[in-house]
Amino acid sequence: MAMIETEGLVKVYHSRGSEVRALDGLDLEVREGTVLGLLGPNGAGKTTTVRILATLLRADAGRATIAGLDVARDAQAVRRLIGLSGQYAAIDENLTGRENLWMFGRLYQIGSAAAKRRATELLVQFDLENAGDRVAKTYSGGMRRRLDLAAALIGRPTLLFLDEPTTGLDPRSRLGMWDVIRGQVRAGTTVLLTTQYLEEADALADEIAVVDAGKIIARGTADELKTQVGGERIEIVVHDRDLLHRAAQVAAPDGSATVDEHTRRLTVTAEGGAQQLVDVVLRLGEAQIRVDDVGLRRPTLDDVFLALTGHAAERPATDDETTTARKKGR
Amino acid sequence: MSRLRNAVADGIVISWRNLKRVPRIPELAIFAILQSIMFVLLFAFVFGGAIPLPGGGSYREFLMPGIFVQTLAFAAITTAVSIADDMTKGLIDRFRSLPMARSAVLSGRTFADILYNIGILAVLMVTGLAIGWRVNDGVLDFFAGVVLLLFFTYAMAWIGVFLGLSVPTVEVAQQVGFLVIFPVTFLSNAFVPTETLPAVLQPIAEWNPVSSLTGATRELFGNPNPFISDSFPGLHPILMSVVWTVTLLAIFMPLAIRKYRAIDG
Repeated sequence: MAMIETEGLVKVYHSRGSEVRALDGLDLEVREGTVLGLLGPNGAGKTTTVRILATLLRADAGRATIAGLDVARDAQAVRRLIGLSGQYAAIDENLTGRENLWMFGRLYQIGSAAAKRRATELLVQFDLENAGDRVAKTYSGGMRRRLDLAAALIGRPTLLFLDEPTTGLDPRSRLGMWDVIRGQVRAGTTVLLTTQYLEEADALADEIAVVDAGKIIARGTADELKTQVGGERIEIVVHDRDLLHRAAQVAAPDGSATVDEHTRRLTVTAEGGAQQLVDVVLRLGEAQIRVDDVGLRRPTLDDVFLALTGHAAERPATDDETTTARKKGR
Repeated sequence: MSRLRNAVADGIVISWRNLKRVPRIPELAIFAILQSIMFVLLFAFVFGGAIPLPGGGSYREFLMPGIFVQTLAFAAITTAVSIADDMTKGLIDRFRSLPMARSAVLSGRTFADILYNIGILAVLMVTGLAIGWRVNDGVLDFFAGVVLLLFFTYAMAWIGVFLGLSVPTVEVAQQVGFLVIFPVTFLSNAFVPTETLPAVLQPIAEWNPVSSLTGATRELFGNPNPFISDSFPGLHPILMSVVWTVTLLAIFMPLAIRKYRAIDG
């Protein structure tokens, strides 16, 4: 059964006479019990999609249902099913972690005693038990995000929205966050995750939908997308500019290497992974070509975008979706 | 019926969280009170001697009701600032994504403001007693005065909510609030008898809600009230206080609620 279904969602923001089409006919389907990663650059329409599905924003056109309930008409019923954890940790800084969770539990219509028990449970689960009675103002960025996620889970939602859950976190906190999210997925929660990082979608999502300019432009498992993009890449910086083209020939005898004269950089797609890297390095050594740098790199969002759309992920700052959403909605 | 019960229960939770802020950021209440005490000291000891009251009476007794009303009017800025803060921090979004009563965020907030200002008013009254302010009429009149002040506070809280929902940042809420409320409290009878004002400003001061409230409070507390002139609001300060407060509520409550609903974009 489809947990989320959207059809032709359109959202246009008006600001100072200019129009920004944040969503331009977005169709999406997420099956129950799966994790969908919504992947795209800033301004692609990820946050707008989440805000519409979480009943915070009304679409200008199109339809969206959650577990068969219309997000506009049955908003209150939808709210009973969802949990939302956003980019900005939406917690009350003047309450302790425990008080925050109790409050959100009460507002989720859980009884006071049950909300207290659930708060303690979540504090333990999210490794916040020692900080539970401290005011949230004193929390680190990672702790705030964990508390924010715990708050989203207070009512045991069947559908969890995670809007860029690790943006701005240091690598260690990011890994910690991933563990927590994985635990939630194991427990059977359906998750819609938005992210700018291919790596993150890869690590957490069953399926990835790539968004660009308010539309889904590709959809598939991480492996399917990577095949489309061409898997990992070997990058070599050649020391001597004169040897660049010879090096390209040596590294990829089939002529598939791309050459950047300016940076003296060769890029070769590497279906063979690390072993292919070893082979290439050996061949370059035999040909006595000096290299300054060599490495294996996973495809980035930019590679995906380049492969799918022919343009890079960065778009002009004029249609920065988050700014518009904040002005409109917060 | 259960809908109403949920709305009340959710409202109480929101009031609770807004009141928790008071002991957690004691500076907020302390500076609000210190600001009022500063006005008391400035006017009682610096300007007071130069302000003769028509009809006589103690300037300090005259002053305190003005201070009460001014302080409660300023409380709207505090409300606006914390609503704007909740908006920018995404907390309002979180509330809106929960299956809670939609009315609770605003009703809980404004109810908390009444409780908070009861505390502020109590501290100010003790301060007043210390410098020579007295309640000269009966207990019943005193309580009528207090109820009138709190009713006014409630209207100011809704103005604050509307302002907080209308501005993009906390700083703007602070500035706009100050810009509007500061002159309104001074263009009144709160600190000087309206007769001492230039003729052009006199009608403005007389029809100012702050003047009506101040006049009504003076009358009910039995403090000197030279406001009584031959203008209609001057003759009927209590009636006008009720009219003003009801009018402000009738304007700003629906405006604030509409603004809150319009967050849906």
